[in-house]
Amino acid sequence: MTEPLLELRGVNKSFGVVHVLHDVDFAVYPGQVTALVGDNGAGKSTLVKVIAGIYGRDSGDYLFEGKPVNVHGPRDVAGLGIEVVYQDLALCDNLDIVQNMFLGRELRRWPVLDEAQMEAKARETLASLSVRTVKSVRQPVASLSGGQRQTVAIAKAVLWNSKIVLLDEPTAALGVAQTRQVLDLVRRLADRGLGVVLISHNMTDVFEVADRITALYLGRVAADVPASEVSHREVVELITAGRSESHGIAESPTSATI
Amino acid sequence: MTTETPETRPASATYADADFAQDSHRAGTLREAARDYLNRVRGGDMGSLPALLGLLVLFVIFGLTTDSFFTNLNLANLTVQAAPICVLAMALVPVLLIGEIDLSAGVASGTGAAITALAIVDHGQPWPVAVVAGIACGAVIGLAIGAMVARLGIPSFVVTLSFFLALQGVMLRLIGQGGSVRFNHEVLRGLAIKNVPVTLGWICAVAIVAAYAALALFTYRRQVARDLARPPFGLVVLRIAVLAVVVLGLTAYFNVNRSRNPFFPIEGVPYMVPVVVVILLLMTFLLSRTAFGRHLYAVGGNREAARRAGINVLYMRIMAFVLCSSLAAVAGILQAAYSGKVSPGSGGGNVLLYAVGAAVIGGTSLFGGRGRAIDGVIGGVVLATVDNGLPLLIDKSYANYLVTGGVLLLAASVDAISRRRRSATGV
Ligand SMILES: Nc1ncnc2c1ncn2[C@@H]1O[C@H](COP(=O)(O)OP(=O)(O)O)[C@@H](O)[C@H]1O
Ligand SMILES: [Mg+2]
Repeated sequence: MTEPLLELRGVNKSFGVVHVLHDVDFAVYPGQVTALVGDNGAGKSTLVKVIAGIYGRDSGDYLFEGKPVNVHGPRDVAGLGIEVVYQDLALCDNLDIVQNMFLGRELRRWPVLDEAQMEAKARETLASLSVRTVKSVRQPVASLSGGQRQTVAIAKAVLWNSKIVLLDEPTAALGVAQTRQVLDLVRRLADRGLGVVLISHNMTDVFEVADRITALYLGRVAADVPASEVSHREVVELITAGRSESHGIAESPTSATI
Repeated sequence: MTTETPETRPASATYADADFAQDSHRAGTLREAARDYLNRVRGGDMGSLPALLGLLVLFVIFGLTTDSFFTNLNLANLTVQAAPICVLAMALVPVLLIGEIDLSAGVASGTGAAITALAIVDHGQPWPVAVVAGIACGAVIGLAIGAMVARLGIPSFVVTLSFFLALQGVMLRLIGQGGSVRFNHEVLRGLAIKNVPVTLGWICAVAIVAAYAALALFTYRRQVARDLARPPFGLVVLRIAVLAVVVLGLTAYFNVNRSRNPFFPIEGVPYMVPVVVVILLLMTFLLSRTAFGRHLYAVGGNREAARRAGINVLYMRIMAFVLCSSLAAVAGILQAAYSGKVSPGSGGGNVLLYAVGAAVIGGTSLFGGRGRAIDGVIGGVVLATVDNGLPLLIDKSYANYLVTGGVLLLAASVDAISRRRRSATGV
């Protein structure tokens, strides 16, 4: 198998006394969609935020393209070519679509913002994504519907020619047609050679696009397997019980019940 | 869903029917732009409209009920009176944008002015050095406030209330109980009592209008050339026309002799005006054309999103207070130029209310993320008009306090109601 683009080894993360991630190993491969599944509260979003550099790790290694890297914040992670679509989208309602897409990485002709260039690029990216009618790319994000906001958040992530895109429940707020478009996009990104991480509760979606499935159970990795080697039912068992016949955490792990 | 597809669409971009194909690049006609604007206003995005209407009402009331309000001398005086309030209100804008408040901006302005005055009177420093010292004093105050708010996490309301009290102590210590420092340096005092020569005034006014027109037309041409979102051409022309009428009209007004004494003509634009205009241009540029300004709005709009976008939120929050207190010091110097002295009470009392009030009255939101530098100027003129006209009507200071407090409360209500409407309509 090819070498992972991104690899986390033995990552632990606690919030005060709440130990959320236990010795998590996680890998993202180029050209593959890795589905990250797990029950609510399993620690999926926390893992994403650790990767994004929003939360520090208590212990564990962070390797990018095989080499250990030091990441100290979202800027470092973006610099590596890792983009994240957060579950809560993280858009500024008072800014327009273009301003949101370039937030923190504005194009400028020193020291003035290059609005023309940003608007043109934003429009180009949005046109390539295709979701819903928007009156104008200069419209404030506050006026957008849930699906439109989701599109903007995704467009923001694919704008930067990144190597890895992580999407935290990107289809949760979407209708059937829009979900279809996001799934197509996920597949297209992977086919372009990017490493894609998709978090979703919908098993049909997961099996449709994923190459690998990583299941989290109470903050532990219950399984990390090729999608072709597990069945729908097994994944559901991994999510709900942390184990299934041939996969999963050993019987009665010492602290699985916390 | 049919729509007028712009003819200049590049063939390479393939738009699926359900995508951004409807994304309009032009607002269409002037009438459509007007309708859009009305919809925005109805949706709660009122900007400075209430303040401008309020100003009109005030002018009508004071004009009808007093004899002296509409004299040329009084209106020129009103302008000079408004300048320090406008600058102080502009100082508050960055802090309000990030969703914080600075109750100490008034006394910070007094402290800055005291430092400047003492540097000239006691230490014989040249005026530029004294002014820089005053502004630096403001910056240090802002740095202290910002560090306590952003780093320690103390609510800005508490930190700046403490500074409001403590800085009054500092001023008493610097100037002495019951004392005051003269502020009669020729250049600085001249800002308030001297006027731009008539010819120079005209040249500058025409230059400003020409520069704005050139910039607006250039921007429009580039937007057309690159097929970007743009207002209808009629609106661009209308904006230029409005600016020309305001700038040239005011210049014409000020350039008429307003003296009662035929032997001593008083004519020309007061020097305060260009000072305010320059600060307004700089602040507008900073807030709307630089990444720094964009990040201020982002921090006020959604702090967590800003943080995830890699913006140094701590730095932005500290800098907002530094900017505020530094600019407040400039306002203090202008106020001292107007009154000719700095006393321990300078910047206290009513000024606290003016500082926050003017920006909010002008349309800057108390909830963060919304506001412009010009809001401060518009709000400042409203408050100065109350301050100037009310004593002509009722010469009791209780009335002034009551009315000013009422106006601020009114502006804050408009702000809160607009916000509720916006979240309902999503404008
Ligand atoms: N900032 C935080 N502070 C304290 N606890 C947190 C924080 N973020 C997440 N948690 C806890 O970590 C656990 C995992 O949360 P999360 O990663 O959001 O789960 P998931 O995305 O898999 O539903 C939950 O029990 C949640 O309460
Ligand atoms: Mg989650």
